[in-house]
Amino acid sequence: MASRNTIVAHVEDRPGVLARVASLFRRRGFNIESLTVGHCEEPGLSRMTIVVDGDDHQVDQVCRQLFKLIDVVSVQDITYAPMVDRELALIKVSATNFNRREVLDVVEVFRADVVDVHSEALIVQVLGDEGKVDAAVKMFEQFGILEMVRTGRVAMVRGTETTKPPAISDSQQAAAAIRAMLGRRPEGVLPFASD
Amino acid sequence: MRLTGARILMECLRAEGVEVFFGYPGGVVLPLYNTLGEYPDIKHVLVRHEQAAAHAADGYARVAGRTGVCLATSGPGATNLVTGITTAYMDSVPMVVLTGNVARDLIGRDGFQEADITGITLPITKHNYLLMRASEIAPAVKEAFHIASTGRKGPVLVDIPKDVFIEEAEWDGYPQGVSLRGYPIMDVPREEEVAKAAETINAAKKPIIIAGHGVVQSEAQGELVEFAERSDTPVLTTLLGISGMPEDHELSYGFLGMHGHFYANMAADEADVVIGIGMRFDDRAMGRFSDFNPTAKIVHIDIDPAEIGKNFKTHAPVNGDVKETLARLLPQIEQHSHPEWLAEIDQIMAQHPTDYVEEGTSLGGPWLVQALAEATDGQSTIVTGVGQHQMWAAQYYPYTKQRQWVTSGGLGTMGYEVPAAMGAQFAQREPIWSICGDGGFQMTSQELQTVAEHNLPVRFAIFNNGFLGMVRQWQELFYANNYHSVDLGQPDFVKLAEAYGVRGVRATTRAEALQVFRDLEGYDGPVVIDFQLEREENVWPMVPAGAALSETIESAEDL
Repeated sequence: MASRNTIVAHVEDRPGVLARVASLFRRRGFNIESLTVGHCEEPGLSRMTIVVDGDDHQVDQVCRQLFKLIDVVSVQDITYAPMVDRELALIKVSATNFNRREVLDVVEVFRADVVDVHSEALIVQVLGDEGKVDAAVKMFEQFGILEMVRTGRVAMVRGTETTKPPAISDSQQAAAAIRAMLGRRPEGVLPFASD
Repeated sequence: MRLTGARILMECLRAEGVEVFFGYPGGVVLPLYNTLGEYPDIKHVLVRHEQAAAHAADGYARVAGRTGVCLATSGPGATNLVTGITTAYMDSVPMVVLTGNVARDLIGRDGFQEADITGITLPITKHNYLLMRASEIAPAVKEAFHIASTGRKGPVLVDIPKDVFIEEAEWDGYPQGVSLRGYPIMDVPREEEVAKAAETINAAKKPIIIAGHGVVQSEAQGELVEFAERSDTPVLTTLLGISGMPEDHELSYGFLGMHGHFYANMAADEADVVIGIGMRFDDRAMGRFSDFNPTAKIVHIDIDPAEIGKNFKTHAPVNGDVKETLARLLPQIEQHSHPEWLAEIDQIMAQHPTDYVEEGTSLGGPWLVQALAEATDGQSTIVTGVGQHQMWAAQYYPYTKQRQWVTSGGLGTMGYEVPAAMGAQFAQREPIWSICGDGGFQMTSQELQTVAEHNLPVRFAIFNNGFLGMVRQWQELFYANNYHSVDLGQPDFVKLAEAYGVRGVRATTRAEALQVFRDLEGYDGPVVIDFQLEREENVWPMVPAGAALSETIESAEDL
């Protein structure tokens, strides 16, 4: 069964890296649900959170193929790790004097924020995991959604464990660290051991 | 010391020990060509089409075991390289591709002869660079050679705008090392993976080895033979793995796949443990994936972690360089003996032998390759194009030395045979035999001019059946004899050769062919031989497209 999987990749902050990643996904026929890129704790690196559809085999291939890109420093599949994931949505909801109160009630239920007010519309900012954002969108639909933008998922593993790329000076250690990262699917060290 | 970008690039090539590169000039690389005269130790070979530059660098790399280098100008020069780059990428051949681009301020503005070659080659290079400063050239070239020649090898492209060739930058010697955080060397396998592979192999009753291009690339023939002998395991190769295993060895059982040896396909399908070494379980080798030997346990040794588990479930994956891995695996392999298993394959071999050349006087593909093998004592380096002649050359020449076999396997590039043989000839003195199709030869025959200019002793043996043979075979077998666009008109190849100042000869019978082989002994110039073959000979055996290895057929009656 296809399912949604969360991959975190750290990439060199260079021109063209996004094109390389996109080209890879296109060529190999992988389905990107969402992809977000931004700065991370280490200058010079960007962090990508990629949500992909696919079974275990496909997701493992995504990780391994991604890592082959020279500019990709680390790849981790955190689908099965305990994690926090968030998405932000800006929703422009139709709201007039007649129903503004009702709209604001929904805003309150979702602990969302109103970030812009106009006599005929509101911009609501919803923050939460995907399920919460989906639910909020559904509720606002009754008032009329004029426009919407969602950021796609960002995610972080809970606790002290990190997805930070290993600091590497020794090539053997680097290889070991990368091999440990690839193939974390629950079946075992490598994902397709036939038994 | 301050040097122009052009000089820095040439200093880098010199520091890399580049002895020859293949190129074609044009507007934006003029600043570079302006400096070539100062670097006479780095031979520039002027090709007649950029595609040939890429194939020549590829052929050179495969025979020399070194990184091949080619060069083209911007726009059409760069795009003409694309087929050659893809050919090298599909077969993991180490290559550094240099292109010029329009000046920096014209990039992105559709200037004359501008092509986004870094964008175009994203999916067909291991990595590529667009350099915007002369100071970036030395580190980028160092990285390019490093990336091309390590791990799973492949082409790396470096694109340099015209004014970057002219710009000056500080040169304080070639960089000592590279710092590539996202590119660790993964040569040494994990101990636990090696141990599990050894355990699986030691428990095997009917093991088989499938040796791929990785064995040749890693130059691990010695280790492979030792491994096969100790575990008493028959060895098959993939098409590109040919020459990785000496074929005169008693454990050598040919190559497998669509036109592989019958017994090789059967052995792969009968084995209880399949040991893939430096290969990628490609569809042409394995037949229909879902029906390849479903009960076999698969041991897969490969340098590229993305290849492991890509097409098949793997029981014992080992990520590492072939040579490094075999060296660590060998001490853990127990001395075995599998006489019954070997007898089983030998019996299939006896019933379905390779040498089924019929009596006669006319020239057939299998006969001709075997006659060539005899004439050259099986010692020649063979370069081929793609099609029937390629399969006969794979099936019937007895390869024993690593790097003796050069062919476009993954991409299947017709026309590869002429420029690749030309490039390969720069890596060795002994004449190279280029086995050509009459179709492929016409795609790149302009390089006869380059060959003549350098008086290269390449023997272009055109297997001329006047047809696009392999396509014709498919039309005959699978499209009810409905021949279309396969009957190739052609020039007089002898006259064509002579027009280029190259010796041209023709052979239409077996006796004439043997006479040609004798006549050429000691001849140290280029020659084109028009071997006029039977027109409608087919390549057997064959695994029809989409069929399983177990469904290998040996004649049209089996269809």
